Formats: sequence, structure tokens, C-alpha cells
Amino acid sequence: MTLAISQTAGIDVNRVRRDFPILHNTVRGRQLVYLDNAATTQKPQQVIDRLVRYYREENSNVHRGVHYLSEVATAAYEGSRTVIQRFLNARSEKEIVITRGTTEGINLVAQTWGRTNVREGDEIVITALEHHSNIVPWQMLCAEKGATLRVAPVNDEGEVIVEEFAKLLNDRTKIVAFGHASNALGTINPVRQMTQLAHDAGAIVIIDGAQGVPHLPIDVQEIGCDFYAFSGHKVYGPTGIGALYGRESLLEAMPPWMGGGDMILSVSFEKTTYNALPYKFEAGTPNIADTIGLATALEYVAALGLENIASHEHDLLTYATDRLQEIDGLRIIGTARQKASVISFTLEGVHPHDIGTILDQEGIAIRTGHHCAQPLMMRFNVPATGRASFGVYNTRAEADALVEGLRKVIEVFR
Amino acid sequence: MSDLRELYQQVILDHNKNPRNFREIPGASKTEGYNPLCGDHYSIFLQLDGDTIKDVSFTGNGCAISKASASVMSATVKGKSRDEAARLFDVFHRLVTGDPSGVDAVELERLAAFSGVSEFPARVKCATLAWHTLNAALKGEGTSVTTE
Repeated sequence: MTLAISQTAGIDVNRVRRDFPILHNTVRGRQLVYLDNAATTQKPQQVIDRLVRYYREENSNVHRGVHYLSEVATAAYEGSRTVIQRFLNARSEKEIVITRGTTEGINLVAQTWGRTNVREGDEIVITALEHHSNIVPWQMLCAEKGATLRVAPVNDEGEVIVEEFAKLLNDRTKIVAFGHASNALGTINPVRQMTQLAHDAGAIVIIDGAQGVPHLPIDVQEIGCDFYAFSGHKVYGPTGIGALYGRESLLEAMPPWMGGGDMILSVSFEKTTYNALPYKFEAGTPNIADTIGLATALEYVAALGLENIASHEHDLLTYATDRLQEIDGLRIIGTARQKASVISFTLEGVHPHDIGTILDQEGIAIRTGHHCAQPLMMRFNVPATGRASFGVYNTRAEADALVEGLRKVIEVFR
Repeated sequence: MSDLRELYQQVILDHNKNPRNFREIPGASKTEGYNPLCGDHYSIFLQLDGDTIKDVSFTGNGCAISKASASVMSATVKGKSRDEAARLFDVFHRLVTGDPSGVDAVELERLAAFSGVSEFPARVKCATLAWHTLNAALKGEGTSVTTE
């Protein structure tokens, strides 16, 4: 199959695709059609080259050596933190903690701010849209502290019912945690409004930005949130790397999480003095190479323009949604007015795993299953869905390939 | 499409659409089987008469491979002894993992429809979920198993 390439507002897809070597591979003898971007994105040559250059020319430990390579590595590592700070529009580099990803960022907040400030009888509010990574850390904290987890419901379109969310907030609410965009349905939450409501109740706000950063321009100051966690691999960067934005005054007051090297100023057996922000939260030698790779990915995305990416992906979302609706028995789960380029669907009489296997034979990669959001699946009364998620390098022709693939699924099961 | 037709043979499509013994057995022992990553979930109901499987049934949901496998399994092992059921599981397991040594085509009957699974390693756990669950039920090993 040859994919026709179309150009949409501001993004030269043909040129973008040339940057991603894996897209030119065949799988099972077919041209790869990669529509599993909400799980992880592919990496541009620029990121791959940067990782190789680091290991070939710059590899050293950071913050400790007096030798040349350590200076180079430290400059590249700290320069990457600045890139992340600017990308999120945080006030200072001190507010950027390097993590393994979104999950670690959320757990860090639960285990430090949470364990210090949440007491018996307190409440933590999340929404029904959340990924398991924004449910389980709060359940663990609630179990430890005797606090209660409360869940804001969603409507049939998969949008948080903001009035119901507001009703859950009261003076017992200590933490409010929600996703920027839903990985399972694509719903984009009104994060600024929800943050304001939570702050009015006196709670702190942490946003799971795993699906926000790849699709939307992010400004943590404009949103007003206290914490914002995201993962590099969902935004064309390496796996196992991410960052947590935290408001400086809160980070300052929080105890460290993990102890070790790099997070201390001085250690004696009687007393240890912790390092300044953000190092207080970065125990041990960090993942230097992938932090630099992440910054390279963010620079790549910034050069394309987040607005351009959002517009390109919105075009794909609209086009693919219309085309999928041509298929008899196909039901789209999640029809929010504001959506990232994620389409969750079921096909009458065919389990999503069988859809996934058959599409795979056509070289089409989608996710099938519960998308780490089992409570949300229950809300929509489905055990699992198929999910096609689009990235900056996807094309309308690939949406067409998905539709053709689904017709083959129906043929097999007819 | 040829591999797909091998995987989704008519027997499988038929048992998926019209699963046999798809019901609860009141008073029978109940064992749960999960594939946590997929979300597949079945309950196997087992009624023994001495050493013989007097009745077996299942409820729950999952993909066509897992549902058809549960259905064919229930029809195959009903009336068999524990030992026969265990041996059939062994034969079935070798069939779907591509190790046909000692697999007797005649004995397989309907189970042979799952031979295509061996070409799809990611789906072996779907095909064997109900069998693992039955195995646990026969051994009395708790009330919940997973194949992941």
C-alpha cells in the first residue's frame, strides 16, 4: 500500500514523516500504519541522533566532576531542564523535577506533599476519566491516612460534569487530581476552570499531563495548577523519562522522597542537609541521556509549533471520526466537544482484541483493551475498546487504511 | 488473510457467536480466570461426581479466541475424568504453542480448530485462559487464576 500524503495547515506531513525512520518500515509485509500514539510515540531522527551523540561524545556523570566531560554533560543536562521549564512556562528551573515519567511524578506528590498534609477524614478528588496511574497512588495514600477518595462523574459524552465536580469540593478536600486529556477517550478537561474551583476550596491541584503535552500548548502559570506531570515518550522523546512541574513554595516545603547522592548538601551520621530545589527530589545519578533526548524532542515539537500540531491532529480526528461512522455497528465511545486525537470504539459482535489482531495483519497498529482505565470502561459498560490515536506524522490516508482494515474485520466475522 | 482464516476458523467463530454451556450452575464450585492486561474475565462452574466431571459451564466475556476456547473446552471435558481433562489440557497447550509432539489428531476433534493460534503468540493466553481456570478448579487451587 502506498500512502498518499496530504498537507494540512502549517504541518508538512511529508517532511515530518521523513524525520521518523520507523514509519518507513514494513510490518508483516505491509507498510506500517502506526495509530497507537497515545500509548507511545515514535522518535524523530533528531532525538535518536542526540542520544547517540551524548554517548559518543559527552557521556559523564553530572554535578560532581571537575573534568571536561562532566562539565559538558552537566551543561547539557541542566540546559535540558531549562528547555522543559520554557516548554511548560514554569517560572524557574527550580520548579522542574526530572522523573521517570508521569507515574513517578504523581507518586512523588502523593508520597511527599500527600503524606505530609493529608490526614484522617480528609478527601482527595479525582475524576472518572483517570488512568490507573492517577487513581492508585491516591488510593494508597487514602488507605495509609484514613482519607477518602471521591470521584467526579462523567456524562455520556465522556466529559467531566463540572457542576458535580464542584459539589465534591469542600474544606476537607486536600488534593484534586485530574488528567489534562483522557488517554482512553481523548476528552480534554477544562483544566483552568477545574483548577480555580479546587483552589477556591483550598485544595492543591495536580494535573496528569501525559496526554496534554503531546497535543496542546501548555502554560502552567496560565492554568494555575500546583503540579503538572508528563512523560517524554508520549511527546516523541525517549521512554523512562519525564518531568514534574511543582510550584516552588510547595516544593520548598515538601520533604524529599528518595534519599541518596545528588539530593544532599552535606551528610554526617548525625545530620544530613538536603540540597536546594530541584535537586532535593533527584536522588542518585539521573537519566542524563534521556533527559537531553527529551529536551531535543520538545525542541522538535516547538519548532513544528504546538498550534500547528493541534490543528493537524484535529483535522485527522474530524476526518477519521466521520469515516469511522460510515461503518455499520461501529460505536465511538467518547464524543466530548473538546477532544485530543484519540478515538475509542467498539464494533458490534467483535471483541477489540480480535479487531487488534486482524488490523495487525494489515500492518495497522492500534491499542485494544481497557487502556489502564478500567473504572471508565465500566462507566460505559464495555469491557474494552479499540483505540486509534493520531500523532503529528499521521495522515488522512492512514485513517482510510484503518477504515479498510475494519471492513476486513467485519468480513472475517460475518 | 490466510493466517487469519487459520486463526479464526469456522468452529471458533461459531462457538464465539453461540457459546455452549454459557450459563451458571447453581451450587457448583466457581473459579475465576482473568487476563489482567486484556480485561478478559471468565467464571468456570464445575460439578464433580466422584472423579468425573458431571457438568461444567462458564460465564463472562473476552475475545473470540478466549470465549470459543471456553465453549469448546466445556463441551469436550464434560463426562471426562479429572485425569483425562488434565491430559486434554496438556495436548491443547502443546497444540496452541506449536509443539505438536504426541498430539493425536483424532483425539483432538474440535480442539484442532485452535491450531492457528500457534502463529499468534500474543493470543496463546487467550486460548488457554479457560483451561488454566478449569485446571485450578480441578486442583482446588484457590478461586482465581490469571494467565499473565
